[in-house]
Parts: sequence; C-alpha cells; structure tokens
Amino acid sequence: MFSSFMTNAWIVGTVVALLAGATGFFVVMRGSSFAAHAIPNGAFAGAAGATLVGVTPLAGLVTFAVVAGIGIGASRGRRSDVATAMALVMMLALGAAFLSLSAAYEPQVDALLFGEILGVGTSSITPVVILSLGCALALAVMYRPLLFSAAAPDLAAARGLNPTVLEMGFMLTLAIGSALTVPVVGALLTFSLTVGPPAAARLLVRRPFQALVLSMVLAVGTLWVSVAASYQTNLPVGFFVGVLSAVVYVVARVATLLHRSRA
Amino acid sequence: MSENAVIVDVQGVDVELAGQRVLTNVNFHIDAGEFTGLIGSNGAGKTTLLRMMLGLISPSRGEVSWPGDARDLRRVGYVPQKVVLDVDVPLRVRDFVALGDDGHRYGLHRRTRQTWERVEEMLDAVEASELGERRIGALSGGELQRVLLAHALVSRPELLLLDEPLANLDPGATSDIVQLLARVRDRQHVAILLSAHEINSLLGVMDRVIYIANAHVASGPTDDVVRPDVLSQLYGHHVDVIRVHGRVLVITGDVSTGPVAEHPDLVVE
Amino acid sequence: MHWLVEPGLWSNAAVRTGVGVGAVVAIVSAMVGLFTVIRGQSFAGHALADVALSGGAGSNALGFSPLAGFVVGALVGAGAMEAVGVERVRQRDVATGVVLGAATGLSALFLYLITLNSSSTGSTQLILFGSLFSVSAPTFLVVLALSVLVCLALAVIGRPLLFASLSSDAAAARGVSVTRLALCYTLLMAVTVGLSAIVIGAVLSTALLIGPPAAALRLGRRMSMTLVVAATFGVAAVLVGVVVSYDSYYWWPSHRALPVSFCVVALVVAEFVVASLVRRLTTRKSSA
Repeated sequence: MFSSFMTNAWIVGTVVALLAGATGFFVVMRGSSFAAHAIPNGAFAGAAGATLVGVTPLAGLVTFAVVAGIGIGASRGRRSDVATAMALVMMLALGAAFLSLSAAYEPQVDALLFGEILGVGTSSITPVVILSLGCALALAVMYRPLLFSAAAPDLAAARGLNPTVLEMGFMLTLAIGSALTVPVVGALLTFSLTVGPPAAARLLVRRPFQALVLSMVLAVGTLWVSVAASYQTNLPVGFFVGVLSAVVYVVARVATLLHRSRA
Repeated sequence: MSENAVIVDVQGVDVELAGQRVLTNVNFHIDAGEFTGLIGSNGAGKTTLLRMMLGLISPSRGEVSWPGDARDLRRVGYVPQKVVLDVDVPLRVRDFVALGDDGHRYGLHRRTRQTWERVEEMLDAVEASELGERRIGALSGGELQRVLLAHALVSRPELLLLDEPLANLDPGATSDIVQLLARVRDRQHVAILLSAHEINSLLGVMDRVIYIANAHVASGPTDDVVRPDVLSQLYGHHVDVIRVHGRVLVITGDVSTGPVAEHPDLVVE
Repeated sequence: MHWLVEPGLWSNAAVRTGVGVGAVVAIVSAMVGLFTVIRGQSFAGHALADVALSGGAGSNALGFSPLAGFVVGALVGAGAMEAVGVERVRQRDVATGVVLGAATGLSALFLYLITLNSSSTGSTQLILFGSLFSVSAPTFLVVLALSVLVCLALAVIGRPLLFASLSSDAAAARGVSVTRLALCYTLLMAVTVGLSAIVIGAVLSTALLIGPPAAALRLGRRMSMTLVVAATFGVAAVLVGVVVSYDSYYWWPSHRALPVSFCVVALVVAEFVVASLVRRLTTRKSSA
C-alpha cells in the first residue's frame, strides 16, 4: 500500500484533499454547492477533449473548469441556478461527444468519472503542487472578504466589497482546485469531497478559522481512508469518497442534534 | 473635529430606479454628533436614500459630498433593516463584530489585541457583552440588532446609518433601543441617521428631521419641519399636524371626505 | 428531403420508437420542469437525476430493467431529500449536495461492478448518457403510461402548487398544505427524471427538465402559453437532435456519429441561449 507506485497517489491525494477542504469551507458558507458540482463536470469534458486532440489531460481539465467557473460566476445573482444547470449539462454532453468521437476505452472513462488512484503520474506532481499553492494563497488573501460577504452580503457591499470581483475570484480558485482533484477522485465525486467534510466541520465548531482547519482535516482523513480502502478492495476511490463524505456529515449532524437536545 | 463639522452634504440629488423617479431634489446635511430621524411611510424611498449615501446606488443628478478626508467607507457604519444569517454559520458574535473592522480587507492580517479589545468595548457599548461566544445564527431578533449595531460601530465611524431599526418592535423595546442609541451617540461621538415610519418614538432624542413624501424631502430642526405648511407642500395637499400630550399626529387628506387613517403617523387613541 | 435527412432514418423501427419515447418524455419534462424553474429547484432536480443514476446502475448490476431502477432510485432520493427537508435555502443546498454525493458514490460502485461482470463495453456510457434507440417497445408503453399519470397528477395540483411556489406564506394562509404539496411535487419530479434518464441518460436529464421551461419563461407571459412553448421546445430539441445525430454519421470519414444525447442537449442549450438573447434585446428596446 505504501510501495513506490503508490507514492504519487498519496502525495497528490493529500494536496488536493487539503485544498478541497479549504475551498469547500467557502463553498458551504456561500451556498455554492451547485457550482461546486457543475465545475468538475466541466473539467471532465475538458479531459475528454484533451484526449481527443492529444494534449495532456491536466491542461484540458483546467481550461474547461476555468471556463465553467467564469460562466457561472458571471451569471451570479440573476437565476444562477438555471444558468448553472445549463452549463453543467452542456459540459457533460460535450464530454460524452468527445468520448464517443475519440473512442476512449471504457476504463479510461470510468477513471475520469469515478477516480483512479493509480492515474496520477509523476509528471503531474509538480504542476498539481504549484497550482494548489497558488489556490491556497488566493484563498488566504480573500479570506476575510469571502467570510464577510458569505455571512452578510449586503453589509459587505456597503463596506465597498465588489461582489462580482469576489465571486469571480472565488469561482476561479474553485475551478482550478476542482480540476486538480478530478483525476484522483473523479469528476462526479470531486464535489463530495468539497461539500461533505466542510458541511460537517461547520456544525461541529463555532470559530471560522477552526472550522476551516477541521474541514481540511476531515477532507484529508476521508481521502486517506478512501485511497487505502480502494487499494485493499480494488473498488473505485470515488465510491469510498462519496459514501464517507456523506457519513462524516451525517455523524456530525446526529452529534449536534444529540448535543443540542441534551443542552 | 469641531462640534459643528459637516460630515455629509447632499445637494440637489435625484434618484431613479428602473426609470422611475424615486427621489427628487433632495437637500440636507448632517453635522458631527447629530441625531437625525429620516421619516416617511413605507415605500417612500428611505432605504433608497440610505443606499445612495452608501454609494450602492448612484444619483442621476446632484451630488453627495463628504467634506474632510476623501470619502472613506470606514467613516460610515451601516445597520440594514434585515440581515438573514444561516443558522450553522461557524461565526461567533465577536468574530462577526470583528468583520466590521477588517471584513473588507484582502490579504493576510493578524488581528491585533487592540482590535479584539475594541470588539469587546463595542459589545459592551450596545449592552451585549454576554453574547460574545454565541453563534451568530442563533440570536433572537433583538439580540441580532444590538450585535449589528456593534458591528457597525467597531470601525469607529463618524456617521451611523440605521435602516428601520424600530420596525417590528413593541413599544417597550422601541424605547430601549432609542435610549441605547442616544447613549451610543453621546459616548462614541457618532452622528446617527435613523429611518423610521413613525416620528413619536424619536421626538425626545432627535436634533433634526428629514421628512420624505411624494419623492420630495424637507429637512431641518423638528419644529421647523413638522408643521402644516411645510408638510402640506411636501404632500401636495392639505395636511394637519396636531400635538396632543407631547405626541405629534400628522393627518393627511381631508378628514371629512378622505380616508382618515391613510398615514401611519396617524395614531387613533 | 434527402439533402436534409439522410435516407433510411424513418424506416428503422428502433428510431420510430425512440422518437416517440423522446417526444413523450420531452413533453412531461417541460410540464414538470416549468415548476422546477419557478421554484428555483434546479439543483434538486439535477440531484434527483444523479440519484436516479445510482438506481439505474444498481438495477443493471442486479439484472433488472434500468427504467425500474431509474424511477425507484429517484423516488427514494426524493423521499430522502424531503426527509432531510430543511427550510433555509443554504442548508437545503448542503443537504441536497450530501445526498447527491453519496448517491454518486453508489453509482461508481455499481458501474464498476457492471464493467467487471459484463463483457459488453459501453454500458457505463449508456447508463450515464443514455440512448433513445435502445428503448424497447414494451418499455415505450410503460413510459407512456407513467407520463400520462404524471401529467394528470400535475393537472390536479398545478394551481395550488403555482400559488405555493410564488408565495408559500400566502398559500399556507389560504389553507394549502405547503409541505405536503412540496413532497408530492418532488415525487413527480423524481418520476419525470427517471423517465428522461432512459432517453438522454441520467446525468443529462436535467437538460430536458430545466432547459425548455427556462427558455419558454424568458419569452412567454401567460402560464398556459409558456407550457405550450416549453413543450414545443422540448419536442423540437429531441426530433432535431435525432436527425442531426443520424446525419452526423456521414459527416466524418471515420463514420463516428455524434451521440443523440449530445445533439439533444446542445439544441436545448441553444434554445435557452437564444431565448435569453431575445429577451434581453426586447427588454432593452422597450425600456429605451
């Protein structure tokens, strides 16, 4: 399980899980779950397209995720749920078309959709780490404004925060972070890692910074257990990530319910 | 800062929303430390006026000038009419109040001990120190209002804008909040502009009134504005102002033929 | 006609059944979806599709009919979402997301099991992205029957549902049971999503549910008119999509046809974009 060909999976998995936990904290605070779900699916189309034209999948993933992110960010405010849904189905359909045109093998498709721990090559470690650090820095710089505008958008605007700029900045960070996570946990399940652990963390602690850290810890824990379980059972990583994320949330919810009813 | 320094001067302002004229030729100014009531019925344009002063809506004509420094939002604290907060938001009351000081700043900053001390001081000033550790989403309406006030005060503004803080309060709570605001004004040396649809609860503390009706505005010391001739001109038809037992009743329309209870200032006792 | 439609399209029985199913499902989706858009439940609608996916994949793995799996899966998902049922928008957002994530995890498992056990390739993509032409004639009858039932149910609850969607407090004050109505509606949405999962695949059924009604809402004013326009948009996207997909076989020397689902979704999105542009142009003209 810790043999050399698994090293890449552990390194990349840990980095993307930390990032997913951090971005997810703001996703849950800002109510952007639908966008967080749609963007990785856009990334999926990008990877399929990259296979078709013969460039590295990571380039396709990042490009398409960023396009989806900008589209959703631009429609924020006026019926963004409909626009998000439209962007989502268009990207997925494109992905399906690319796949059928390029005649990709079924296992490749499954890996993109549901994750593949051995799908991480040594060459992708450096770009993944660099892009993740960039995203982490962006989140750190936007930390207070994101928190403020998530809690009370009107007040934040009254203090001179430009909501469009902030939303765009956040969507771009979310897009790049999602694109990096897709190869490991899959396009359909990147979202689970971005929503489950943060949603649990916010129930358990009251302070924003503690919730952020706890969310990252829970995300890494979820990913580690999933990778280990996937290695042992040969079942897809995505299955474990999806189910474990939900379990973490449900446990947190039950715990708070019990705690509140006792108090 | 001298006692009568002008904080904000609004001159000849028109505001249009979606092609509709909402405010016409608005003129008034607010001096340091003054308590001003912004009075008008529902839908008269009070919130629009406050949002225009915050720079969230730009006037189609005229200008809002902030003498002294270049206009800096740190000089204005804002308490909106309604803030919807998620129950599970991981923010304590003191975290939320601190965001009033630095929530708009990008970049990495550690909060200093002075910031936290000021947060406690402001919670104390609004008589809500015991709420500091509570989750912000779990407060009652009245508690949240005090916290929002502390949030607005923490950046040490020169002017506080409050949008309908007295709406939905019972008479006892109304008087509590008004007295609290008067104490805050005195101790924190902050000017207050408070919008309300009812004038009587503010009569004791108000230095000046801005009265909105029919998209027009009259302003000045209370006794100069709340008069039949001024208000009749504002409404465009005859208005009676009656003073009974220290209360003011404004009766719009012809009492004998028109609807008597047309205006919310009319108190039938 | 030959320059427009390659010969031999309509003589194929599978194509005829497929087009029939597609049209029926497009109409039901448009009717039900109109309320989804008005109620701002696009995310829930999409989540149901992903839950339906795990149902479809599960029943396929166990050897049952995918249609039964899609519909049962979506109904269970609808029940779960209404059970978690939280009032505030952002909490509902999170609850929907968590249900969705768990269901997708299950889909991953089932699809993996299918690929392990079956020698035929492409079953993953068939379940995810669907194919009109794989619908059998008996399945068509079941789809038709369920569609009629959904439309009847919608006709019964339509008016109070619209009222509750616009102002739930006012509706409650008039004695409408808002929560029960919401449950009924989510169940109808679940059946619809299950049906359209057969046509364009589970993850794309959101397109037929949201796209045509959203486009129609940008153009129409009256409710009845909007319903007709939405249904027309949906049916048009399916019909034209089938033709384009069939024709595309001859576009490339490699003879790889574009998937029907892609063509249908692309047309739906095009309708939505054009309708949005038309709306923007006309409102600008009237306000100027």
